[in-house]
Amino acid sequence: MSSPSGMGAVGAAGPLRQRELLSAAEVARIVARMAHQIIERTAPEPVVMLGIPTRGVPLAHRLADRIREFGGPAPVVGTLDVTLYRDDLRRRPTRPLRATELPDDGLDDVLVVLVDDVLYSGRTVAAALDAVREYGRPRAVQLAVLVDRGHRELPIRADYVGKNVPTSRDEEIGVLLTETDRTDAVVLRAYDRDQR
Amino acid sequence: MTRPFLLRGIRRYGAGEPVNLLVRNGLIAELGASVDGTGAEIFNGGGLVALPGLVDLHTHLREPGREDTETIATGSAAAALGGYTAVFAMANTDPVADTAVVVEYVYRRGRDIGLVDVHPVGAVTAGLHGQRLAELGAMATSAAAVRLFSDDGLCVHDSLLMRRALEYACGLGGVIAQHAEDPRLTAGAQAHEGRVAARLGLAGWPPAAEESIVARDCLLARDAGAALHICHVSSAGTVELLRWAKRRSIRVSAEVTPHHLLLTDERLSGYDPVNKVNPPLRTAADTEALRTALAEGIVDCVATDHAPHAAQDKDCEWSAARPGMLGLQTALSVVIATMVQPGLLDWRGVARVMSERPAQIGRAADQGRPIAVGEPANLVLVDPDATWTVHGVQLASLADNTPYEGMELPGRVVLTMLRGQVTTEDGKVQG
Amino acid sequence: MRHLLTTAGLPRKTVTALLDTAEALKQSLLGREVRKLPTLRGRTVVTLFYESSTRTRASFEIAGKWMSADVVNISAGGSAVAKGESLRDTALTLTAMGADCVVLRHPASGAAHRLAGWVPAHVINAGDGTHQHPTQALLDAATLRERLGDLNGRTVTIIGDVLHSRVARSNIELLITLGARIRLVAPPTLLPRDVAHWGNALASTSGDWPVTVSHDLDAALPGSDAVMMLRVQTERMHGEFFPSAREYAISYGLTEARLGLLPEHAVVLHPGPMLRGMEIAYSVADSPRAAITEQVRNGVHVRMAVLYHLLAGRDDQTPGEEV
Repeated sequence: MSSPSGMGAVGAAGPLRQRELLSAAEVARIVARMAHQIIERTAPEPVVMLGIPTRGVPLAHRLADRIREFGGPAPVVGTLDVTLYRDDLRRRPTRPLRATELPDDGLDDVLVVLVDDVLYSGRTVAAALDAVREYGRPRAVQLAVLVDRGHRELPIRADYVGKNVPTSRDEEIGVLLTETDRTDAVVLRAYDRDQR
Repeated sequence: MTRPFLLRGIRRYGAGEPVNLLVRNGLIAELGASVDGTGAEIFNGGGLVALPGLVDLHTHLREPGREDTETIATGSAAAALGGYTAVFAMANTDPVADTAVVVEYVYRRGRDIGLVDVHPVGAVTAGLHGQRLAELGAMATSAAAVRLFSDDGLCVHDSLLMRRALEYACGLGGVIAQHAEDPRLTAGAQAHEGRVAARLGLAGWPPAAEESIVARDCLLARDAGAALHICHVSSAGTVELLRWAKRRSIRVSAEVTPHHLLLTDERLSGYDPVNKVNPPLRTAADTEALRTALAEGIVDCVATDHAPHAAQDKDCEWSAARPGMLGLQTALSVVIATMVQPGLLDWRGVARVMSERPAQIGRAADQGRPIAVGEPANLVLVDPDATWTVHGVQLASLADNTPYEGMELPGRVVLTMLRGQVTTEDGKVQG
Repeated sequence: MRHLLTTAGLPRKTVTALLDTAEALKQSLLGREVRKLPTLRGRTVVTLFYESSTRTRASFEIAGKWMSADVVNISAGGSAVAKGESLRDTALTLTAMGADCVVLRHPASGAAHRLAGWVPAHVINAGDGTHQHPTQALLDAATLRERLGDLNGRTVTIIGDVLHSRVARSNIELLITLGARIRLVAPPTLLPRDVAHWGNALASTSGDWPVTVSHDLDAALPGSDAVMMLRVQTERMHGEFFPSAREYAISYGLTEARLGLLPEHAVVLHPGPMLRGMEIAYSVADSPRAAITEQVRNGVHVRMAVLYHLLAGRDDQTPGEEV
C-alpha cells in the first residue's frame, strides 16, 4: 500500500516471471546492518521510528528491536499513514486509511526516521514529509528503506538503504514480511507488457 | 355526400370469419362476407379486430387555461390515435367548466376539430369550490347537452351538497361522477399509504379516504334513486363496496384507469414524479382486485384520467410535482396487456368496458353502438399481434408525462373512424 | 460510491469502510494543533439548505474545511431560491460554477434522489423530508461502535416520533445492515405504516427484518443496549398525534427513573436539538450514559469520511471495494 511498487498492483494476468532477490536470512542480515548504521549515525540521540503502512510498520519494529539488542538508545516506534497527503489520490480508486500512531510527546525537536519497504518514485516519502510537518517540527528527518529500486521522480534520497536493485518500470518489487505475508523475502516480478 | 368506404376482411369483436363492412353516409350500410364495395374507397383489413370506437369518460384536455400542456386539438388527436371516437373533457380547466358558456366553447372546439366527439363534463360546484352547486341545468340545456357532472381533481366532500347534487342531476337525466377522496384523510398525502411510502418517507393516502366516500355516496344515491359514477377506483376495498351496492341495485357505476390496472407503488423508489397520480398507484393486490372487478363488471369501464402536465411540473421534487399521467394513446394497449392477454376479457369484453358502458354512463347515445347495419360508423381497427415501444415525445399530446416510457406494449390501433370519416390511419391523423 | 442518498441497501462492507475511515480520521486529528488535511484541496463543496439547520450544516462545513475543500454555504432564505427558482435550476447553476459536491437539505422526501439525476456533481443527502438523513445514522453508528463495539446482535430502542423522523428511518436501515435488532417505542399515531414488515417492500434489503414495535417504554428499556430518543417536533404537539405534551412526556419521556431501568452498559443517544423535560429529562441528557456530545464530535469525522470516499479517489468507487 505504501507505494505503487508494493503488492497492491499485481495485475490480473499474474506474473510471468518471479525471481527471489533476497532470502529470509538475507532480509534479517540486511535489517541488522541497517540497525547498526542507524546507531552509528544517531547515537546517543534516541530516534523516533515512523513506519509507513503497510510494510514500513513491521520493518520499523524490527529495526527498533535490533537497535535495542545492539545496545543503541531505545527508539520510540510509531506509524504514519500518509494517504491523506498523497498527490495521486485522484488518479486511483479511493484508498482506505490506515492508523496513525504517534509518540505521546509528539514530533517536536526529535530525530525522526521514516521507514518504508521500497523507495521508488519518492512520492510516498514526499507525502510523509508533508504529514510529519502537520504533526510537529522534528529536529531532523531521515529515511530508511529496505529496497531502493530507482526511478525517482522527486529529489529524495534514503539515508539507509538495505539493497539497491536496478529495475525497469515494467517490473515490480515485492517485499514479503512474516507479519503481513507469512514469510520473509524480496522478489522481483516481471510482467508481459501486453498483459498489464 | 362523401364517397362510400369499404373495410375489407375485418373481424368483428375479434371473432368469427372476416367480413366486409361498407360505410355510407356515416352509417354502416352493408355487412357480410360477400359485400362488394364497387366505387368505394377500400381499406384492406387483413383480419384486424374491429371494435366500436372507444369512449373515454375521463380526459383532461386542459383547454381553456393550460394550452401549454394540451389543447382540445392535440388531445383530440391523441384520443383518435388511441382508438377513441368520443371523450369526456373534465371540468377543472381555467376558467372552470361550470357555466353554459364554457361548456359550449369546449363542445364547439371539439366539433370544429372533428377528430372525436368532445363531451364537456360540467362542474358540480361553482368554481370547484365545493360550496354551492354550479348551474347544472343551464349546462344540461346548452348546446353541449351536458349529462356528466364532476368536480374531478377534488371531491364533493360535503355530504349535504353531494346529496343535493345527486338529486338535482337526477332530474336532468344526468350523473354525478365523484372523485372519491376524503380531504381530511389525505391532507399532504403523496403516495399510497403502505410499506413503500412509509419507507420512502412519503405521507400516506389511505384507501379508506376513497372507500369512505364511495360508501357514503352509494347510500346517498340509494336514497335519492340517483345515478352515481365513481371515478378512478383504486382500491380492493372500493371493489367490495361496489359489489355490495350493485347487489342492492343502487345506480352506481365505476371506472378504473389503465395505470391502476398495471402499475404499483413499487415504482416509487426513484421518486420520479411521472409515477405520481391521484389516487395513487397502490399494491399488486389492488391491481389484481381491479382486474377481476373489471372482468366481472363490478367496475363498469376503463377511463384514462389522461392528465397532461408541463415538464416543469414533473421534473421537480416529488411533493412539488402535479399528479397525473398521459393515457389516451396507451389505454387500449394496457388493457390488452392486463385483461386480454391473461384471458380475463375477450374482445367483446373490451368493446364493453372501453366503448359501450362508458357511452351508456355518459349518455352518449350514438357512441358505443353495435357493429351492425344502420348503426353509426364509429369504429376502430386493432392489430392485436403488433407491439410498440412507448416514447412520450412521440405521443400526440403536448406533454410527455407517460409512465410507460420505454415500455413495450401489445396491440396497435391501425385505423379509427368517426361517423364514416377516417380520423387516423397507421398512426397518422387524417384530415 | 458516487452519491450518499440513503442508508437503505448500503452494503455492510461500505458502511464498515466509512466508519473505519471516520475512526482513522478522528485518530489522526487527535491532539493536533493544526486540524487541516490537504486531501480535498481544490475541490468545491456546496451546502444547499432549504431548511434551517445549525449543527448539520456547521458539521459539513467543518468537515470540508478540515480537508481543505472550498466550502460554500447557500440557504434558501437569501438566494435565488427565495425568488422561486426551481431546485433543478439552482443545482444546475451551482454545478456550472464548478461545485464537485452538493450537500442538500430539503423538506421534500426524495429531493436528493432527484438532484442526483440532474447534476454531474456528487450528492450527499443531509436530510430529505421525512425520508433519510444518512450521515446522522452513520455518526450514531460510529458512536455506538465506540461505546459497544460490534453492533451485531445488539438491541437498539428508538423512541418517539418515528413517523416523521428521517433520523429513525436512516438508523433503522443502517443498524439492521450492521446486524442490530431494532425496537420502536411510540404511540401508534407516530409509527409508520407496517414498519415491522418493511423487509419485503422495495427489495432494497433482503432477508431478515428484525424490527419490533411496542407502546410500553418501561418494558422495552431493560433489554436495550442503546436508546435513541427522537426529537418531538413542536408542530405535532397539539392535537391529532397525541393529546398533550404532558401526556407524551409521561408516556415516552426518558426520565431519571427510566434511566435506571437500562442495563449498566446502555448508551443514550439524541440527534438534537433536544427538548429537555419533554422527550428527555434535564439530568439524563448530561448523564455519563448519554453520548450526545460524542455524537456531535463523531459527526464531523463521519462527514469527513463521506467526503473522502466521494471526492478523494477516482470516481465511481465503492468504499470497501477499493484496492
